[in-house]
Amino acid sequence: MTGQEVAFLILALIGGLAGLLVVTSRNVVHAALYLVVALSSVAGVYLLLAAPFVAFVQVIIYVGAIVVLILFGIMLTRAPVGRRVLDNTLRARVGAFVVGAGMFVMLTVFLAGAFGGERIANQAATATSALGESLFRNYVLPFEAVSVLLLAALIGAIVLARRD
Amino acid sequence: MPLIYPLVFAAFLFSAGVYGVLARRNAVMVLMSIELMLNAVNVNLVAFNAYLQDQLVSGQVFALFVIAVAAAEVGIGLAIVLLIFRNRETVNIDEVDLLRW
Repeated sequence: MTGQEVAFLILALIGGLAGLLVVTSRNVVHAALYLVVALSSVAGVYLLLAAPFVAFVQVIIYVGAIVVLILFGIMLTRAPVGRRVLDNTLRARVGAFVVGAGMFVMLTVFLAGAFGGERIANQAATATSALGESLFRNYVLPFEAVSVLLLAALIGAIVLARRD
Repeated sequence: MPLIYPLVFAAFLFSAGVYGVLARRNAVMVLMSIELMLNAVNVNLVAFNAYLQDQLVSGQVFALFVIAVAAAEVGIGLAIVLLIFRNRETVNIDEVDLLRW
């Protein structure tokens, strides 16, 4: 087992545990902080998969912006604490667990059958210049569409949250 | 590195997100679970990009698009949650039934 694989397994263990705690924690603020850990470990996984630019974007946008936004949302909706206000009934939770666990087992079996022996070759990290060239040469139309989407979301959020 | 490692990690994050969406009743927690699911998709995109050694780095470009769309989604989502909280004094999604017949 190479050092890369060991690093990946450690990151995946931390990220998976944090992901589980996000969806089971009794306290909303704790859940948001566990989300930071999970998102950061995903950023580490991007680094191991030779995608440094995506990793830094992940840290800046997810950990820097989205989690702060979620914390503001928690603050402005008077963060309740406790199993009863945050979770559905026990019956609904058992159903959700069956669906989630079944989905994980199914996906794992199918993926192991389809890509069991395949390996990701060791490679140099993707240069940011290569990423930018592809983005602005081959994918410039979707890029512009995303910019219009962000503008629409910005205006929509202002219109929704405005008090008048 | 075996391709299956990141794929199983992504499958686990996605399943945790599915559990969260179904089991939580606080709207902000549901939004957090959706972020987990979007991240699982991004891990898949980047892993397959590395596996296929794509010349156009399509996987990473689309991961960036997904991140941008996720930012827009959480902004709109939280605006709606705040509006509901202002009008109904609750963010529990089982008590918000304005659109139910």
